[in-house]
Amino acid sequence: MKIELTEKQTQERQAFQTFVQRAISPYADGYDEEEYTPPEIIWEIAQQGYLGALIPTEYEGRGLDMVTFGLLNEELGRGCSSIRSLLTVHSMVSHAILRWGNKQQKNAWLPRLATGSVIGAFGLSEPGAGSDAGSITTTAHLDGDSYVLNGIKKWTTYGQIADLFLIFAQLDGKISAFLLERNTPGFSAQPIKGMLGTRASMLAELHLQDCRVPKANLVGWRGFGLAAVATSCLDIGRYSVACGSVGIAQACLDASLAYTSTRQQFGSYLKDHQLIQRMVTEMLVNVKAARMLCLHAGALKDQGDPDTIMETWIAKYFASKTATQAAQDAVQIHGANGCSSAYPVQRYLRDSRVMEIIEGSTQIQQIQIARYGYERMEKHDRSAS
Amino acid sequence: MESIRPKIIAFLTKFFPTVELADDQDIFALGFVNSLFAMQLVLFVEKEFGIAIENEDLDIDNFRSIQAITELVERTASVQNA
Repeated sequence: MKIELTEKQTQERQAFQTFVQRAISPYADGYDEEEYTPPEIIWEIAQQGYLGALIPTEYEGRGLDMVTFGLLNEELGRGCSSIRSLLTVHSMVSHAILRWGNKQQKNAWLPRLATGSVIGAFGLSEPGAGSDAGSITTTAHLDGDSYVLNGIKKWTTYGQIADLFLIFAQLDGKISAFLLERNTPGFSAQPIKGMLGTRASMLAELHLQDCRVPKANLVGWRGFGLAAVATSCLDIGRYSVACGSVGIAQACLDASLAYTSTRQQFGSYLKDHQLIQRMVTEMLVNVKAARMLCLHAGALKDQGDPDTIMETWIAKYFASKTATQAAQDAVQIHGANGCSSAYPVQRYLRDSRVMEIIEGSTQIQQIQIARYGYERMEKHDRSAS
Repeated sequence: MESIRPKIIAFLTKFFPTVELADDQDIFALGFVNSLFAMQLVLFVEKEFGIAIENEDLDIDNFRSIQAITELVERTASVQNA
């Protein structure tokens, strides 16, 4: 068994790194401080084709495989988790239309999502529904040739600027997905400021008051409700966040290696102190392990293997916890400098905390992964008997 | 039918290891079903049998039993491979 990237994947990763180092990393602290992502950088990202990462070339997208998509998320996450989160939610909306949309929806939206002329955002969470996504209270009812939507969505990433929202609502008791455009009468988005992390991700609270959307804007079918559209979107989002978390952890490692190689205390460089070496070792090993889990999950996605679902849960769980621990240690290593906005590690720490909450909190993951573990154990016992 | 059914049973056994599933048994009535299971089931059917599950087939009744899944696979494969 040989585990390595293809030559093309390696080249793509190098291109991602070059772009992020030039166009994003030098400005990420500013975006975080301003709680704002300038349209110019979104345009640049779109020009690179990154917003069309998961959209096939027939719809003007890049058509990246899932391993390469993971590498893109890692590199963006290494530079700026807020901008990585734009790719996450935009890709989730693109995926929903690509996988579950009809031909008309694909033709109407995918090219514009691919080029970035339309920005997508994901509207599932509500003030009263986070982990318990099935308890959303936003409603939809059919009235003539339109669906009428009412409700409130919260924590919508890039909800302040998105043009197209994928809104989940209860339709006749089943959760269904609807495409809603920003200029729909009755729709408003209120900015959410002062978040702990990913501060530049321009969160919004969405208010839907008798918003009418055409019947044609229903995405997919109501058969499996939350399962089909939301779950498959969340799988993509989870994978994106997992890979982005590896990026955060790698950034922490990069910063710590550099800092400890230049700063001296007690007459020697920090890197020569064993307790520092311990923290660096933990960081390095866990980054590698998290990356392997993510690549494995991505490879399974490319193969269409159903095991990718749980492997993505496992990757996200480990990678997000790795990011948090790496960021804790990076701040500790930097000392007082680590608590200062003059160094990026404080941003990494705040961003990493968000990673353990979104796309399946650590606690929900612990419940789900344990259940998976017991299922597998029972299978092995049954096979052996 | 002969090659489809054993593969479906093998997959479902991973989730219901202590249950001997009858062909017409309602797997959704067994109490364990969540959105993750449903997603894995759809992915399994698509990969294992080389078919694409279209929106109109995403009806829970098409996945309710071994028999229902088998018939869905046969029906879809005959259309998509024609």
